[in-house]
Amino acid sequence: MAETHSLQELQQQAAVASKVYVQRDYNSGKICKFQTKFPSELESRVDKQQFEETMQTLNNLYAEAEKIGGKSYLEGCLACMTAYTIFLCMETHYEKVLKKIARFVKEQNEKIYAPLGLLLTDPIERGLRVVEITVFEDRSIGAGR
Amino acid sequence: MKHCEYQQIDPQALSTPTPTLPPQHAVVEEEKGETARRKWEVFPGKNRFYCDGRIIVAQQSGVLPLTLGLILVTTVLFFVFDCPFLLKHLTVFIPAIGGVLFVFVVISLLQTSFTDPGILPRATPDEAADIEKQIDNSGSSTYRPPPRTKEVMINQQVVKLKYCFTCKMFRPPRTSHCSLCDNCVERFDHHCPWVGNCVGKRNYRFFYTFIVSLSFLTVFIFGCVATHLALRAQGGRGLMFALQESPASAVELVICFFSVWSILGLSGFHTYLVASNLTTNEDIKGSWSGKSGAEDTGNPYSYNNIITNCCSVLCGPMPPSLIDRRGFMPVEESSQTVATEIELAAKNEINVCTQGTKDLLESASRSPCPQTGKPQTVSTSCPDSIDPADPAVTFNPAVTPDPVAVPSLKCGGRHHSHTTSPPDEPRQQHHHHNRHHKTRSTQSSSKRAALHISNPAYNVSLSPPTSPGLGPSHATGAEDHRRDSFAALH
Repeated sequence: MAETHSLQELQQQAAVASKVYVQRDYNSGKICKFQTKFPSELESRVDKQQFEETMQTLNNLYAEAEKIGGKSYLEGCLACMTAYTIFLCMETHYEKVLKKIARFVKEQNEKIYAPLGLLLTDPIERGLRVVEITVFEDRSIGAGR
Repeated sequence: MKHCEYQQIDPQALSTPTPTLPPQHAVVEEEKGETARRKWEVFPGKNRFYCDGRIIVAQQSGVLPLTLGLILVTTVLFFVFDCPFLLKHLTVFIPAIGGVLFVFVVISLLQTSFTDPGILPRATPDEAADIEKQIDNSGSSTYRPPPRTKEVMINQQVVKLKYCFTCKMFRPPRTSHCSLCDNCVERFDHHCPWVGNCVGKRNYRFFYTFIVSLSFLTVFIFGCVATHLALRAQGGRGLMFALQESPASAVELVICFFSVWSILGLSGFHTYLVASNLTTNEDIKGSWSGKSGAEDTGNPYSYNNIITNCCSVLCGPMPPSLIDRRGFMPVEESSQTVATEIELAAKNEINVCTQGTKDLLESASRSPCPQTGKPQTVSTSCPDSIDPADPAVTFNPAVTPDPVAVPSLKCGGRHHSHTTSPPDEPRQQHHHHNRHHKTRSTQSSSKRAALHISNPAYNVSLSPPTSPGLGPSHATGAEDHRRDSFAALH
């Protein structure tokens, strides 16, 4: 019977078996979007549907951060008027969404991925290049999946 | 821990032999121990950091002090010598407008210089290994090694993504590696010595504000000084009399006269770039200007609407800095990754050496390339003209003898004397040579007027080759590096 791991337990005790990288998908242009294709190395560990859903939500969040619309123009114009000094006081829209993404990744890890022995790294820590998924050794797998 | 830290930096030292720590923090490496280090302290690129990582500049400040100095001197002279007269005879708005413009200019200049232009952090060793594995897998059955490019479709157009050997990743679209700063920069425009930093995605709007407000300021001061002199010379007293009364005005006139053409030209050029959503880099290389005559070779990033283009470039959301300068180094990771890094370091050194040598030989055989009018100081470089599918150029992990037998030592010097920066691969080995680019840019400050007419990036290409004074330091540095590289092969 597979033990469920908590996030802290994983980070402190489990050994890293491998790391899977999900690269950026540039087909939609320069916006930040990650490939939603399910990596084969994770087939035994996590449900495909679940994973794709996580990636899609992540992509949607990044799209929201980079959206060019009325609000971002307003922010840009205001910043220009104040010679961009407003960035010293105010948090930009992008930064706000990044915080949201960090919370989302943490929540996904705690609820879904840590119990399966996986850990998603927030892409911002890898320069928005990849989503790094650390696969921990699951020593307690009995029957296995 | 000190040992671990040194090891951690070591694989990256393939490309950057000495980490650029600011002098006052050099001792941190000694004490190490319990105090966690901030990420900027182990940053592999050639940047300098101040205020505990809050301020980032390129390794050489270029002519930033000169730029600041000229602006300050001209404006102060204006306020001291011309404003009182104009205030009395004309209106109070003149010093007010001058003041506002001056503030705008200085703030945007400082922001351009001190902001992270959009540096992409280098790939972690695990990532790099993963990418290498993917590349090897895709072409391992063929005799020819796989080319290090990836093609993507953006807006129904094929765009080639190149692999950056220094940063060990496939560069996102519009990203280029700056050899002066030794970083991949997103939406790389150019490296501006006047500002002492690269101009990229994050600071392009500051740069644009700077040149536009500087144009206004220059024109404004020029106009005001001319009015001042004209008013003084009224009543038949003549210009000479006016100049004698206010000699500072003559200085301002001269400075403004010579700068206004170049700065106005530059503003105009960048306004065109903003309106068509192009970067200086792409414009120079002619990436989208239908090189093959194909009709669908347009700019895939343009919205085909001037207003939308301007808004997205200047008023778009401000992306965050990806290098997280002030974050703390994760202590556990450093020890874990040491082992993998040492392995990778050995493998990479072999790859780097052979690829570097190979490319040097290639570029040596293609001597006309660097001497063309194209100022490729921004290191997307000679190999650009080579089709990556060309067998002679593709990366070969094994050591392959190349027909042209020019040793890497000589090539470094050769690249050095040419105006373009070396291509990606050899850059790692000839990292030290880049120091010379900076001396050249300072030397070129004497040609200010001429330089401004064209893009500031051209500065480096116009200046004379290596200064002998830096020879010794450069040689020892390069030697050490080569010694390390060759040692790994044995």
